[in-house]
Amino acid sequence: MTQLIVSEATLTFGGLNALTKVDVTIEPGIITSIIGPNGAGKTSLLNCISGFYHPTSGRIRYGQRNLTHASPHQISTIGIARAFQNLELFRGLSVLDNLLLARHQNLDYSIFHAVIYCGKAARIEAENRAYVEKVIDFMELEPYRKKMVGNLSYGVQKRVEVARALTLAPNLLLLDEPMAGMNIEEKEDIVRFILDLKKEWGITVVLVEHDLGVVMDISDRIYVLDFGEVIGSGTPQEVAANPKVIEAYIGEE
Amino acid sequence: MENTDHLLQFTIPQLLRWRVATSGDKVALREKDFGCWNSYTWNEYFALVRKTGLGLREIGLAREDKIAIISDNIPEALFIAIGAQAVGGISSAIYQTSLPDEIGGILDYLNVTVVFCNDQEQVDKVVEVRDRLPQVKKVIYEDPRGMRDYRDDDWFMFIGDLYKLGEELHQREKDLFQTLVDQGKPDDVCHLCLTSGTTGLPKGAMLTHRNYISMGLHLTEVDPLEETDEYVSFLPFAWIGEQMNSFGVAMATGIAVNFPESVETAMEDLKEIGPHFMFGAPRIYETIRSQIWLKMDESYWLNRKFYAYFMKVGERAAGYRMSGKKMPAGLQVLAWLGKQIIFRPLVNQIGLLRLRRAYTGGAALGPELFTFYQALGVNLKQIYGQTEIVGIAYMHRDGDVRPDTVGKPLPGTECRISEEGEILSRSASVTPGYYKLPDKTAELLEGGWLHSGDAGYIDDHGHLVVIDRISDVMHNQGGEMFSPMFLENRLKFSPYIKEAVIFGDKMAFVAALINVDPIVVGKWAEDRGISFSTYMDLSAQPEVAELIKGEVAKINRNAEKDHFRICRFAILYKLLDMDDGELTKTGKIRRKFVREKYNDLYEALYDDNVTEKRVEAFYRYQDGQTATVDTTIRFYTMEDCPWPTYSN
Repeated sequence: MTQLIVSEATLTFGGLNALTKVDVTIEPGIITSIIGPNGAGKTSLLNCISGFYHPTSGRIRYGQRNLTHASPHQISTIGIARAFQNLELFRGLSVLDNLLLARHQNLDYSIFHAVIYCGKAARIEAENRAYVEKVIDFMELEPYRKKMVGNLSYGVQKRVEVARALTLAPNLLLLDEPMAGMNIEEKEDIVRFILDLKKEWGITVVLVEHDLGVVMDISDRIYVLDFGEVIGSGTPQEVAANPKVIEAYIGEE
Repeated sequence: MENTDHLLQFTIPQLLRWRVATSGDKVALREKDFGCWNSYTWNEYFALVRKTGLGLREIGLAREDKIAIISDNIPEALFIAIGAQAVGGISSAIYQTSLPDEIGGILDYLNVTVVFCNDQEQVDKVVEVRDRLPQVKKVIYEDPRGMRDYRDDDWFMFIGDLYKLGEELHQREKDLFQTLVDQGKPDDVCHLCLTSGTTGLPKGAMLTHRNYISMGLHLTEVDPLEETDEYVSFLPFAWIGEQMNSFGVAMATGIAVNFPESVETAMEDLKEIGPHFMFGAPRIYETIRSQIWLKMDESYWLNRKFYAYFMKVGERAAGYRMSGKKMPAGLQVLAWLGKQIIFRPLVNQIGLLRLRRAYTGGAALGPELFTFYQALGVNLKQIYGQTEIVGIAYMHRDGDVRPDTVGKPLPGTECRISEEGEILSRSASVTPGYYKLPDKTAELLEGGWLHSGDAGYIDDHGHLVVIDRISDVMHNQGGEMFSPMFLENRLKFSPYIKEAVIFGDKMAFVAALINVDPIVVGKWAEDRGISFSTYMDLSAQPEVAELIKGEVAKINRNAEKDHFRICRFAILYKLLDMDDGELTKTGKIRRKFVREKYNDLYEALYDDNVTEKRVEAFYRYQDGQTATVDTTIRFYTMEDCPWPTYSN
């Protein structure tokens, strides 16, 4: 199991500090949540971890590897996957095609094999399909397998987005507001999926989420960001009792 | 046709063994899992039943012990049921939609010792009432997902471990299973089938091996099935309508039973299998028709023109086909053309192209719906029966489909109408009685006949006509009789009306509470630019009320008798639902309960001074949370139905 350590990460856009000396440690096998008001830098932090941004200073380590300057596609090959807040799916493709496409990096057969489509190519495609089906079963997407993503309800599209991240068979899953805009029943489903992911698939989950009820319920550890700085961290109980956090959320008296 | 009477001497497990001997390598079951159809041959089926049966014996299931199944339709449910029967146990099944309290009550009543659940959802419900169930030795589950917290508790067992136990026992005592199967007698009770119970707790009808097999054989005497035929199992296993097919018909004929991937995908999977026969409650056929209408509505104009024209042709042709008369040559050609141009592709779209026969039962179906399906070329027929006679006892014959009747008795079934007008039947499929309820049994089987509780008569063609439950028939203030179910069905034939409840017992006139169909009316509103948010909002739209008023007026114009006319109605703000206790598990209205729950509305329906009323709508969500919303309900009086003069 691999630990992800962000140490003293600072991210600057022009004169604006999106992140200031952020220290975050993601322990393997647990659910770590990152919360904070709007513009606190939560998504920026995820962007740094997944390689979309590179911190201006500071380091990001994943086990023995230095990810500070790694690109997104390098990161996706070492077992870190991300589900985006704004769905990044091909709306004109079916759910199944979206998920199969997400596994393109596993398609290591040559163009020659692809043309005659037997032996290696057929075997690899079948393996990919089998894995995708496992994810479909897990995320309960069977009724939508052949449906075009663009025609599905928002809640289901969100589920497909999480499924797409899962088809990369990650060890570490970054979820950016997977429950935004969902009704209670859909949220409950996603919570169940996240818990099952941790306990049955042994996946480390990093969750950015605004629904504090959910965060307090399922997180093992929470980091609170405000104006790009970590203002509190710990178990849900510790965070809830932290005066700085209360101030950031409710304001001063 | 070969004589199959010798099969009546078998028990269900013995019949399974006989199938293995005659066609062991043929596919018996198929299940869609991870996107693939996986099949089980009769050999594999039998081996799994053996493992399950012996496994159950190892965990202490003795002869005549009961096992309960709370499961979606999966092959394992059959392995468990028949496995239990093979070692002398008695199976039973509980609706997956049941609440924990109900499950506790049923498990207690049936003295169940082993429970089978397909997933965590069902296991959780049993756990909730665990304290009340000291006699339950084991809970077996099929899907290990989410069961991690139960793993250390040996009250629970994964089905794979049960197979292992069974296989070990088989290795130790090779002949044991065969001996146990041989000990079964065809007249032993093999299954306790819960009757839907429109009133009070369900009763467990004891059904024997012979009950099931005899039903399967007699049904297929009328409508033969080939061994290569396919059947899709999507009805709840707790309903006799599913068991009669998966125990009775499948065993008696050797057809393959296909299990859908999940409840939500059943209709998609049906398309992939293309079954040769199908059975369903009227609701399923209503849903399919709505789908067809929606599809046609969204189609391009040429298609719609063809559809409209050939539908008329089809309806005329259906008239001839249903009555078995010979069609004029011109019509025959046109009907053939319509079939090729539009109906075959259309029926193929919904997966019914290979269908030779579709049966509907459980409740009455509008006559127009028969004509609709027959016009499409789908041979839809009515059946009639009760749980206590293994589902089907009366059925239409091909070429003799009369929409207002339920057909003729199956071979081996006798029918009689009592002096009170009650339908009585007698056959080899009649239950020996209700479990632990000798009084009810005596009532049910008084004089050696099965008392259906339905009022009916036999018409000039020898067909049985069912009017309504004897207890449900109503009389208005003037003493004139009417059947609420009959009128509700009339209303429900409108595509815009999903559900309706008729009132009027001892009142001056007939009134109705109506549920609009969320999909069809939703689309109707969208097409007209009427905006709405929730179902409640949609129901309250004045345009929707006008639409429904038009539909009611149409029905009133066609009413056979004046007192059948619906004089006042209101549109209900929520769909009637099983979870709220308004419908039974098979979708019938719990009349008394609905009448009491909506007493406010009922009173306003019979008070002509009230045109609208504020009510508190009470919701219970699936997770048990509740909410109350204020809403205004309007009441509409029909113009063509003057306020009766004898009203107080």
